[in-house]
Amino acid sequence: MRSAILAAPPRRFTNAGWYALILPAFLLMTAIYIVPILQVLAISVTEPTTGFDNYERLLTNAGVQRAIVTTLRIGLITTAIALLLGYVLAYVIALASPNAQRWWLLCVLVPLWISVLVRAFAWVTLLRRQGLVNQGLMSAGVIDAPLALVWNELGIVIGMVHYMVPYAVLPMLASMREIDPRLLAAARGLGASRFTVFRRVFFPLSAPGLAASGVLVFIFSLGFYITPAILGGGRTLMAAEWIKMQILDIVRWGMGAMLATVLVIAILTTLAVFSRVVNLKRLFGAGT
Amino acid sequence: MARGADIMTGGYGPGIFARSLAWMAVVYLVLPITIVIPVSFTDQRFLSLPQDGLSLRHYENLLGSAPWLAAIGQSAVIALASTLLAVVAGTLCAIGCWRIGSRYTEWMRALMLLPLIIPSIVYAVGLYRYFGWLDLLGTYLGVTLAHGVTGIPYVVITVSAALSSFDPRLEQAARGMGASLWQTLRWVILPRIAPGIASGAIFAFIHSWDELVLVLFIGSRSIITLPRKIWDGINENADPTMAVVAVLLIVLTLGLLLLDGALRKRRAV
Repeated sequence: MRSAILAAPPRRFTNAGWYALILPAFLLMTAIYIVPILQVLAISVTEPTTGFDNYERLLTNAGVQRAIVTTLRIGLITTAIALLLGYVLAYVIALASPNAQRWWLLCVLVPLWISVLVRAFAWVTLLRRQGLVNQGLMSAGVIDAPLALVWNELGIVIGMVHYMVPYAVLPMLASMREIDPRLLAAARGLGASRFTVFRRVFFPLSAPGLAASGVLVFIFSLGFYITPAILGGGRTLMAAEWIKMQILDIVRWGMGAMLATVLVIAILTTLAVFSRVVNLKRLFGAGT
Repeated sequence: MARGADIMTGGYGPGIFARSLAWMAVVYLVLPITIVIPVSFTDQRFLSLPQDGLSLRHYENLLGSAPWLAAIGQSAVIALASTLLAVVAGTLCAIGCWRIGSRYTEWMRALMLLPLIIPSIVYAVGLYRYFGWLDLLGTYLGVTLAHGVTGIPYVVITVSAALSSFDPRLEQAARGMGASLWQTLRWVILPRIAPGIASGAIFAFIHSWDELVLVLFIGSRSIITLPRKIWDGINENADPTMAVVAVLLIVLTLGLLLLDGALRKRRAV
């Protein structure tokens, strides 16, 4: 469109060249990514027998039900805490001076890119029975016996919130930066208290970012594998670890593929439902 | 607080409650990671803070350990190869989508972002079966392909961002003066978006270097990358060598992020 005048005659010929540029990525993505994923969907309705037997087990199998309930519970708790911390961080960052903003952002972005294994390892070092937190508290005389801080749901939530907070901050910060600061000044000038300005002006304007962050964090936590597996110590099974057990340990492909399919459908449905509030392109395309 | 910001918001800023909560959140984000640094210098034989003094014995231990060095080598080879794959495919795709700019290319870009949305456990399960058929389990080629494809989104995002500030009339001028598509790419487009490509390469590299779930499924017994080696050791032994590895990984990540920051600054100038 933008080249309608300049490039009118040779356009069709030219576009063939540009389409050819897309081709390698498209072929790779199709052959190495899409086909294996579609295959998971296929396995879920063909093994061990053709039909929806595996999906029926959703209603009867206590193991898979427990995994789903655990995943939803931990996902919701994680999302709630990560949103709270992320909102406060984004709020403070958005209103800070440009120089201070850079430091705050650094503190949020560096953990985002540090290996998730390193972070899980650090949490184990801190939280296990003979870990630094328990040792410190015991030598300070605060507790007599070590607290169970890890290898349970508490440990999973601590580690997962740690992973998710940066993802919560970025969309919220992007939407808060679009708030015109003069609105806040005007509200103050008209006599509103600081709390009223926040409640009536700032918060409503930041709500779309809050929703976007919520969707993003919740989706990520549904399929999360590494952190729950390490910090849960194999006792609390979330969906991803349950799938891994089905496939690698007890080799029940049908069931594993079924829950994997449910996971994908749940995630894509959530995205579709929230696609009005969540500008996906902005979420992934123009991250700070 | 800068006075400029104060004037803009009419003295509206975060209160003491919000500020202290934000500080707590930052401490929670950063402090636990830094704990591995003192632990890596411990003089003890188990995971603990240094007791009687700092020691480099675990650093020596790592450098003298063939399995750890082999894991680092495997990770480096796979990360470099898959980065190359992701950068070539992702950059060309982003340029094509940008230049054509139709509804279909919007869908194409959305397709390229799928690996960010679909959990890697699902992809790992699918690949495990698929690569079993293709006889790619436990091969460098298999892991490189998997990491390369899942690295494409990072490149597409950064290159698309770089292209959005590129004046399309430059490309039209070049074509108008008779440059072929290849010449336009090589001499007009690529030089202008090079920092964006480099950013994408950095993130694709970090992605492969840290990736574990796919390797667990398709690495078999023969591909032991660094994350897999850490995974194997994380719960069974309390060996401080792990803390040394963690420190080296943090240093590497920080270095790559600094590099990215420098590139972004150059792009902004």
